[in-house]
Amino acid sequence: MNTSTVLQHRSYINEGYGLKSWLITHDHKRIALLYLISITLFFFVGSMAAAMIRLELATPSGDLVSAETYNKLFTMHGVIMVWFFLIPSIPAVLGNFLVPLMIGARDLAFPRLNLASWYLYTLGGGFTIGALIAGGVDTGWTFYTPYSSMFSNSYVVAVIVGVFIVGFSSIFTGINFIVTIHKMRAPGLTWFRLPLFIWANYATSVILVMATPVLAMTLSLVAIERILQIGIFDPALGGDPLLFQHLFWFYSHPAVYIMVLPAMGVASEIITCFSRNPIFGYRFMAYAILGIAVIGFLVWGHHMFVSGQSMYAGMMFSLLSFLVAIPSAVKVFNWTATLYNGTISFEAPMLYGLGFVGLFMIGGLTGLFLASLALDVHLTDTYFVIAHFHYIMVGGAVMAYFGGIHFWWPKMSGRIYPENWGRFSAIVIFLGFNLTFFPQFLLGYLGMPRRYHQYPEELQWLNEISSAGAVLLAVGYLLPLLYLLWSLRYGRIADSNPWKAKGLEWQALSPPIRDNFEDTPVVKEKAYAYIPEH
Amino acid sequence: MTDKHALTAEQFDDPEQEHEASTLGMWVFLGTEVLFFGVLFASYAVLRFNYPEAFAEASRHTNILLGTVNTAILLTSSLTMALAIRSAQLSKHKLTAGFLLLTILLGILFLGIKGVEYYGEYEKQLVPGLNFAYEGDNAQSIKLFFYLYFIMTGVHAIHVILGIGTLAVIAVMAWREWFSSDYFTPVELVGLYWHFVDIIWIFLYPFLYLVSRG
Repeated sequence: MNTSTVLQHRSYINEGYGLKSWLITHDHKRIALLYLISITLFFFVGSMAAAMIRLELATPSGDLVSAETYNKLFTMHGVIMVWFFLIPSIPAVLGNFLVPLMIGARDLAFPRLNLASWYLYTLGGGFTIGALIAGGVDTGWTFYTPYSSMFSNSYVVAVIVGVFIVGFSSIFTGINFIVTIHKMRAPGLTWFRLPLFIWANYATSVILVMATPVLAMTLSLVAIERILQIGIFDPALGGDPLLFQHLFWFYSHPAVYIMVLPAMGVASEIITCFSRNPIFGYRFMAYAILGIAVIGFLVWGHHMFVSGQSMYAGMMFSLLSFLVAIPSAVKVFNWTATLYNGTISFEAPMLYGLGFVGLFMIGGLTGLFLASLALDVHLTDTYFVIAHFHYIMVGGAVMAYFGGIHFWWPKMSGRIYPENWGRFSAIVIFLGFNLTFFPQFLLGYLGMPRRYHQYPEELQWLNEISSAGAVLLAVGYLLPLLYLLWSLRYGRIADSNPWKAKGLEWQALSPPIRDNFEDTPVVKEKAYAYIPEH
Repeated sequence: MTDKHALTAEQFDDPEQEHEASTLGMWVFLGTEVLFFGVLFASYAVLRFNYPEAFAEASRHTNILLGTVNTAILLTSSLTMALAIRSAQLSKHKLTAGFLLLTILLGILFLGIKGVEYYGEYEKQLVPGLNFAYEGDNAQSIKLFFYLYFIMTGVHAIHVILGIGTLAVIAVMAWREWFSSDYFTPVELVGLYWHFVDIIWIFLYPFLYLVSRG
């Protein structure tokens, strides 16, 4: 034991030792850390596939991997990143850790169900990784029929089983959050005193429980169809492939909001804290979250503008898709207004938070291009789409996830990470991300289609910039892994509220005790009662 | 009642909060179940819209007599379930266990009759993926009907089986006098689930057996 010493108080971390005390724990904070470990592993598996993809695309000819392997690589990247990283990341790690703390509860409403969620997540991940090792899948993460159900010569059923199982993990987490937020708030914590992170997780949970069963059943139908060779979705057998797309996107479009709403919650917490200003238009921020969740359910058809659905359906879905921009813009404007006249300090979480707002804005604005019927016909299935959803999902959700990990790291670990390294990695990720994905907007506009492992030579320079950016991005992702692990042992001991923030979670010790609070806190003021310093 | 406080899980302040939380959790779970079946109903609706005549023809091959008997059995089991909850609230332990047992038996009877029906369809060579050999112009779409028929009733049957398993646990608990007028949440929650399974059948029955007869 050098510089730093043992933790001073009994906390959830040193309450029990040994692997067993972690694997059978009912403590939401420990389960959050279990998720943190497994999700980090999946993140690196998915990133490896992305690295291979960018490496292949550094040259115009398909010289690194065959077309078939390339198909398996982007499928693996998509499946792992969507279901095993982006969807569970913020809710399962930060949400699990923070929801009870932020509302002053001792634990989630159903702790055993919570542990079961993690086991289902791991089991589903095992199935998926197993299938990928056995030979992989080449359908793309969308499993479009009839290719996936009749023709693909790969491990479709095994991956579907994996996704099905992890779906139940999401549903259980969602039920747990909804019940906890409804029934277990501390005295005085009314709905409109809740932190926006709680609102965001609440809305996300509603989407999770409403959308995930649809995906589970749809993919089961694909699996049964594949085994028995009967085609509900195969037109050759009398089925309807459009039906599959409707059902699939009924889940998968709201899934985008499963990824981005919690990210918005994190950004709200960070931005208000580091500008020492109460969040601007709190009520509207909460309504906007709910608005996004509701409208998010009505726009799935914009994925099918070129699929042969009726023109009127296309027009309706286009209109509704534009509508989502309104609550999204409300959020961006209100973050900006919160910054205005604030006393801003640029700590690492704040850099991530501001990076989130910038990247989310670019992603959101390019979404308007894709929501426009006529423009979408030109841009469908090009790299423009790839760039757009990476700006939302990686630029948005991953930035916020990293920001949240930094922001609450002292609470989770009881240690402070080296601040300058944190700032440095935030900047590297921001630059690396833009270098990787901005050229892809241009590539897409010039007509480079997605999911091809070779391309015309005149597009090489843009692809080279993109691949170089991916290297920078990889460095940016590795840095936090190193210095955060370093801080676990050598970091300064954190006091309970290092950022002087206002949420209930900062009233608990760092790291919190098993029951979170010595006495149930009583809430007497509204959320974000910061006093502006001017 | 020495057990009373041990029955409240540690994360809750009091039994009332636990009751409210568990009930809300069950309702949300049933909401997910509705959407789960919703996919099947949506698929049924689309294909029925595409092939109205074939679906009418196909539904006449289901066994309406056994289907109707089964509907009556399942509805009766919902009654005995409701009576079980009532007697649990009145702290009548043995009576609760008895009604739960009756519910289980009706559930098993339902599954048995469903099995007889399945066997009949197997003999008539109507099982897609196994021995489907229907002749006629609409054979392809009739195959789709029976595909849906087996998936819908099959998923429903899985729910009945899970319900029976849970009821068995609850029945033993009732026999051992776990429940009383102060604490009957588990009985109530299984009851909600059982009524849900019943309601799903109330939709399946007309869709699969009745619509095109008469």
